[in-house]
Amino acid sequence: MIVEKTHTAQLLIEKISSSAGKVNFINDTALTKALFFLEEKGIPTNKHEDYKYCNVDAILKKEFKNISQQFSEVKTISEYKLEDTITIVVVNGNYSEELSDKIILKGLHISAFNNADSETKQMIASIANVESDSFIALNTAFSGNGFHLQVQKNTALQIPIHILYINSVSAESIINTRNIIELQEGADATIIEHQINLSNAKAFTNFVSEKFLATNAKLECYTIQDEKENGYAVVTNQVKVSKHANYNNTTITLSGQLVRNNHNVVLADSNCEAHLNGLFKTNGTQLVDNHTLMDHQMPHCESNELYKGIIDDKSTGVFNGKIYVRKDAQKTNAYQSSKNILLSDDATINTKPQLEIYADDVKCSHGTSTGKIEEEAMFYLHARGIGKESAKKLLLNAFAGEVIDKIKIESLKNLVEQKLNLI
Amino acid sequence: MITIKNLNASIDGKEILRGINLEVKAGEVHAIMGPNGSGKSTLSSVLAGREDYEITQGEVTFNGKELLEMSAEDRAREGLFLAFQYPVEIPGVSNINFLKTAINEIRAYHGKEEMPAKDFLALVKEKQKLVELDGKLTGRSVNEGFSGGEKKRNEIFQMAMLEPKLAILDETDSGLDIDALRIVASGVNKLKTKENAYIVITHYQRLLEHIVPDFVHILYKGKIVKSGGKELALELEEKGYDEIKKQFELVD
Ligand SMILES: Nc1ncnc2c1ncn2[C@@H]1O[C@H](COP(=O)(O)OP(=O)(O)O)[C@@H](O)[C@H]1O
Ligand SMILES: [Mg+2]
Repeated sequence: MIVEKTHTAQLLIEKISSSAGKVNFINDTALTKALFFLEEKGIPTNKHEDYKYCNVDAILKKEFKNISQQFSEVKTISEYKLEDTITIVVVNGNYSEELSDKIILKGLHISAFNNADSETKQMIASIANVESDSFIALNTAFSGNGFHLQVQKNTALQIPIHILYINSVSAESIINTRNIIELQEGADATIIEHQINLSNAKAFTNFVSEKFLATNAKLECYTIQDEKENGYAVVTNQVKVSKHANYNNTTITLSGQLVRNNHNVVLADSNCEAHLNGLFKTNGTQLVDNHTLMDHQMPHCESNELYKGIIDDKSTGVFNGKIYVRKDAQKTNAYQSSKNILLSDDATINTKPQLEIYADDVKCSHGTSTGKIEEEAMFYLHARGIGKESAKKLLLNAFAGEVIDKIKIESLKNLVEQKLNLI
Repeated sequence: MITIKNLNASIDGKEILRGINLEVKAGEVHAIMGPNGSGKSTLSSVLAGREDYEITQGEVTFNGKELLEMSAEDRAREGLFLAFQYPVEIPGVSNINFLKTAINEIRAYHGKEEMPAKDFLALVKEKQKLVELDGKLTGRSVNEGFSGGEKKRNEIFQMAMLEPKLAILDETDSGLDIDALRIVASGVNKLKTKENAYIVITHYQRLLEHIVPDFVHILYKGKIVKSGGKELALELEEKGYDEIKKQFELVD
């Protein structure tokens, strides 16, 4: 495919590189490849198949004309803490040891990238392929000082880890946030990744997380995105799931002018599972685009996806779910469902399931539904004395509930319900 | 209670109600019978405030107020209740939450504070017994996965909870076996007072053996073609609707 390239990438590189610190934790090969890839491919426009409804190039050109990389300090994070969790803080892409809880938990190890040992260095950029996507390349070239979180062999963490990614910029800026989440053999953890934007200027987050689940590992993961009106984010999760491992993610997009999620899960060995859930509510001219990839490489694996959108005003939702079932992946079970409610005539949803199946003994299905609030249900509620607003809330809440109920941490569930303001 | 004068309604340009006149007073039970497609559900829907219909003529006063000017929710708050012929399933909304919201919105409309949770739960228990509704059902989503009979009993349960002034039961008996029919009828009879009124829509005379009407009206092609006492229902049962059809086809 020939994709027309613009100069956005070069301009970005010029503007970012003058202020970016030296990235010493990414190996030279990956770094060079990343820069080459960016030079060659540029930032994707809507001519790029994967970014058809998400023209980041145009958005950057229009909204980020004066990138000047000016960051503000974040002094306190106490109001964002969740009870009974361990808090880890990343400010403007850099791990903050100072704001993070001092943790002494057996089997849990966290280290900043700039202190990375050779093992960590080998993991960085090992599964997020710099030549697969321009944002991975951009992040790899200019990554902030992220962290490596390691849950060691057979450790079951009893307390959820709450990672706060706080962005605070005072002029148009791009933040490249990056981490590695590693669950070693038999490890079990719950992690909340919480993106919060406190900027008083436009902030563009380019987030890359590489998640490794070794044999028998179990990761329960929540992504909460609260980017606000001046927040733009491209969030890439590259996940490798090994034998008998279990990966769960529920992504709730609360706000953000642009939020693009690339959630790529490789079911790399037999008998593993992955579950992705998503919920977003948009209004104004927001764009929320969920791209998922379930790559079934080996037999007897299961994947499930449920994405729901509530789309109002002139906003746009996108769901694109790719499922690969490779030829060795016999006995695969893969299900995908995208359900959406349009609250206005100007709201748009684009959904596209993409199934590529090369094995013959598999069960795969996908379904999508899009509609307005059901008039029959509305009338039934009205006929019982329930007014317009309450009826709408009841129905939207019921719709969202299917995803919200996947949240097993009570304090997080309450936070999400309160922020979504459907009740 | 309610006075309907020359009510005409159409949908997509198709005339369905063609001059309905009916007066129901407090303490009365009126039965409306008529063949399929005669407009019984349309009349119920128009009275309850469904917006799909165009009211081309007529007026309806409900306890002194212009019913047709009100939103559906205000009609319910004023004490009108429709037991749906086809109750709607609402996945994800629990029966309890639904009823609590309904009761409290109706109370708010009348300037009353919310019902305390304890009182509400006591009321639920009491009214469940009335229609012998399994307590498990109230914990589930509204009508979701209910059998036909359970849905109808749930309608009467809701009616019992909301204590309306005028209840319209649209074919609440269809799809009920004899036992369920008796439960529903006895529930209605227990709720009947001198202050409230019922419009019971049915195909069959059998429900009217249990809920004895003061008046019976026959609706045909959008008009009330005949009215009488409870004996009219028996007559209809004997002769069947064909007789009516023959008799009134000519008038058309
Ligand atoms: N939404 C609608 N659109 C078009 N026609 C309708 C609609 N609802 C009812 N009708 C028509 O109006 C007539 C009366 O229907 P209805 O009130 O349901 O009758 P009943 O309840 O007496 O069986 C029927 O001919 C039916 O097809
Ligand atoms: Mg009917």
